[in-house]
Amino acid sequence: MFLSRTKKGAISFRPVITFNRWMTGRPAPTKAKIGLRNRPALGSLADSSLDMPMRRRTFLVSLATWLVGTTSLTRARMIHGHAPWSPYPNSAPELVRPGPWQFFTLDEARAMEAIVDRIIPPDPETPGGKDAGCAVFIDRQLKGPYGASQNLYTLGPFTKGTKEQGPQSELTPGELYRKGLAALNKHCTSTHGGKSFVELSPTEQDDVLRKIEAGEIKFEGVDAQGFFSALLKDVPEGFFSDPIHGGNRDMVGWKMIGFPGIRYDYRDWVSRHNERYPLPPVSIAGRSDWTPAKS
Amino acid sequence: MVRKLPRKDVVIIGLGWTGSIMAYELADAGLDVIAIERGPWRNTATDYPPGYAADELRYRIRHELFLSPSQTTFTFRNKMSQTALPIRSWGAFMPPNGVGGGGVHWNAETWRFLPSDFVLKTHLTERYGASFLPEDMTIQDWGVTYDELEPHYDRFEYLCGTSGQAGNIKGTIMEGGNPFEGPRSRPYPNPPQDQPFSHTLFGKAARDLGYKPFPQPSGNMSRPYQNPLGVRLGPCTYCGFCEWFGCGNYSKASPQTTILPVLVRKPNFSARDNSEVVRIDLDSSGKRAAGVTFVDAAGEEWEQPADLVVLSAYTIFNVQLLLLSGIGKAYDPAANTGVIGRNFTHQTTSDVVSFFDPAKFVFNPFIASGAIGMCIDEFNGDNFDHGPHGFVGGGYVGQVQTNGRPIETTPVPEGTPLWGAQWKKAVKENYQSALKPGTGVHGSMYSYRDVYVDLDPTYKDRFNRPLARITMDFHDNEIKQNKFLTDKFAEIFQAMGAKHVQKEYRKAPYDITKYQTTHLCGGAIMGSDPNTSALNRYLQSWDVPNLFVMGASAFPQNAGYNPTGTVAALAYWAADAIRSKYLKNPGQLINA
Ligand SMILES: Cc1cc2nc3c(=O)[nH]c(=O)nc-3n(C[C@H](O)[C@H](O)[C@H](O)COP(=O)(O)OP(=O)(O)OC[C@H]3O[C@@H](n4cnc5c(N)ncnc54)[C@H](O)[C@@H]3O)c2cc1C
Ligand code: SF4
Repeated sequence: MFLSRTKKGAISFRPVITFNRWMTGRPAPTKAKIGLRNRPALGSLADSSLDMPMRRRTFLVSLATWLVGTTSLTRARMIHGHAPWSPYPNSAPELVRPGPWQFFTLDEARAMEAIVDRIIPPDPETPGGKDAGCAVFIDRQLKGPYGASQNLYTLGPFTKGTKEQGPQSELTPGELYRKGLAALNKHCTSTHGGKSFVELSPTEQDDVLRKIEAGEIKFEGVDAQGFFSALLKDVPEGFFSDPIHGGNRDMVGWKMIGFPGIRYDYRDWVSRHNERYPLPPVSIAGRSDWTPAKS
Repeated sequence: MVRKLPRKDVVIIGLGWTGSIMAYELADAGLDVIAIERGPWRNTATDYPPGYAADELRYRIRHELFLSPSQTTFTFRNKMSQTALPIRSWGAFMPPNGVGGGGVHWNAETWRFLPSDFVLKTHLTERYGASFLPEDMTIQDWGVTYDELEPHYDRFEYLCGTSGQAGNIKGTIMEGGNPFEGPRSRPYPNPPQDQPFSHTLFGKAARDLGYKPFPQPSGNMSRPYQNPLGVRLGPCTYCGFCEWFGCGNYSKASPQTTILPVLVRKPNFSARDNSEVVRIDLDSSGKRAAGVTFVDAAGEEWEQPADLVVLSAYTIFNVQLLLLSGIGKAYDPAANTGVIGRNFTHQTTSDVVSFFDPAKFVFNPFIASGAIGMCIDEFNGDNFDHGPHGFVGGGYVGQVQTNGRPIETTPVPEGTPLWGAQWKKAVKENYQSALKPGTGVHGSMYSYRDVYVDLDPTYKDRFNRPLARITMDFHDNEIKQNKFLTDKFAEIFQAMGAKHVQKEYRKAPYDITKYQTTHLCGGAIMGSDPNTSALNRYLQSWDVPNLFVMGASAFPQNAGYNPTGTVAALAYWAADAIRSKYLKNPGQLINA
């Protein structure tokens, strides 16, 4: 018999907890501890606080990497009769606030502030990477899922492939920065009479960075050019992404180029050709002149 | 222990564009339908409200709406002689995840293929002779014609509220539309979107050069619209955070804004989210699907029996599930046998970035929408004589202003240092007066014997199942085609008054790290011969007749357009065949 037309009601499921927010730049939950050093080993759910059913199933073990460390709670649902709705289920962004470094040590942070100011130097009209908050941005990104390659495919074997096959490094961005900064410091002190990168003059700093870029300086134990490529990607992201992520402070990056941010409705302007859009930028967190500081 | 759920008439695997269309059509026919979706439910009001949907870092750079490679990925190599390695983070394409599928974050460029695209092999052989085609090219006819699909294209465009200017209504060429398109039964439901400055310049320059520019058909609403299902969409605000992002404004056609609000209220429809189908189950004969097995978010395994299975999990997941379920014969490129994984293709795109005098040109690149564009179609498909050029295929080219998001779109002239004061100065100077088209050159990729998908021998997903392995490279035909198109495109920018035009040709080897499009096609193709196709002309599996496979996996080769118009038309065409033919007599609709 084909196609029984019985109507079945929703089947209720035992509530289980899982995670579906892969990609936010926000920090990992403290309980899951996705720090650089204490990433849970594959298959170990033992010390995570997830409310997992204790009965292990075929798929459970290999699920561990997938489940651990993502940031919000959602369970598989049966949807029937109406669209599920709950008020803003975990998806609002989190505001990065200034404060102590979360990923970098103090020395690493000083080196990073010097580096971001060379990648995007200050000029009379626009602050450089440091004052724009690029180092803070990278600090918070490295502390979060990005820094731990949390959403990437991280199973081995690891083999160096062709350029077209893409990065195959076992290092997470967090590890790359930690090793890269240590190696940079070691290189500078051994070649510049004991001076660390921050103690060099801007011209000397540029020279070191340029040689790394060109492959003329090699680091021990970590790919110097790979480290520099990460900087070239991450620093401009900090300069141009929404200020809620900790960089682009006071929307300086956007003001520099004339990007109006998240202004959303340009219906009145699309047909005004060759006229510069006049309004200043707005961020997800609003604008400082809308929320004046207390006097 | 696998737990068994009560039987359903139909189980749909994946609730993206095609899953939503099929679920609606089959529920509308009175069947009891369940859809099982790997990712989460997504809701316009709560998942991407305008207040924070415009977050370039979160959605464009960190890919929040997409599948996480930690969940599953693919391996890739250029040549059969190489070892494939895993794609650890997305590059060349970006697989969707979650209810709505790619419809949530697509651009909504809504094209129809050319009539000749559906009979490609026959058409090209008749016009140029068989020897004109490269020896290892494996292009085929589709088994379905443009005329057969026309009513279904029309349905999708009216479902979406597509904004555009018709070029050919029932054989009459219309001023301002695309004169090369196949005849359509009626105009688009909405007029074209308003065009920004760069588009009018492009249109004028193209006309001066003798071309016939027209506005790209766009699923971004040019005005408020109510579709035939009674669902309302609002006018697009040209916010410039469209592709990669969900539209918080209900202005972009997606399953959420067109079908799901009605579908989800049907008493004979239900859906299950955060649940991944791991296998299509066969009965003891091996010739009938018994249902599917899926794993929910807690790792619990469930069996969902059903009389009819619709596989609509997106191109490459379709192919992978067929291979993992042992349905159809796996393609073997050496022996040239088998069909599953065969004729896999992508797209051949390239960029032309042009720089204008900042004192004279202000483009406001951020005033943009995912599909707004001014295009020409002179060099698509077989719209021009390929005889003198020594290649086949083509594409549309156009100025498509999709965004001014500053991480992605701050072009600087070649030769500028990548950092430091000079870089910063160049970014500042060029932002308002450079053009970097969102789509640019959008060309076909035809199929070849050594471009295919199979299962990787080494790398596994989180369920310990083999990853799908992609073997793909560009062939000379596509490289030549791209050079030709890119040069023609650049001439138009030159004519617009650019002071510097930068051509970024697509070259071999195919590079998995550079985003091209998410228009993967083929691998489970349709056709009229079960020896060279996995599906018949109704997208029904030749091997398992109660299985229908939706999506661009059915394309025998890719054309020079975005796929979704055709993907959706094929879904309506298949649904129509199920409703009018299969339900009366459930079995093979075509005798091979
Ligand atoms: C950034 C971007 C821009 C695009 N722009 C355009 C455009 O402008 N024009 C155009 O024509 N096309 C565009 N596309 C392509 C378009 O999104 C696809 O053609 C379209 O979504 C395909 O529909 P589908 O139903 O085949 O697959 P999808 O819409 O991808 O739906 C498949 C669904 O199946 C689910 N799924 C997968 N595997 C399983 C499983 N094992 N179990 C359960 N569920 C599963 C997925 O999570 C997904 O929700 C774009 C794509 C992207 C990513
Ligand atoms: S450009 Fe238009 S359709 Fe796209 S997200 Fe913005 S408002 Fe929506």
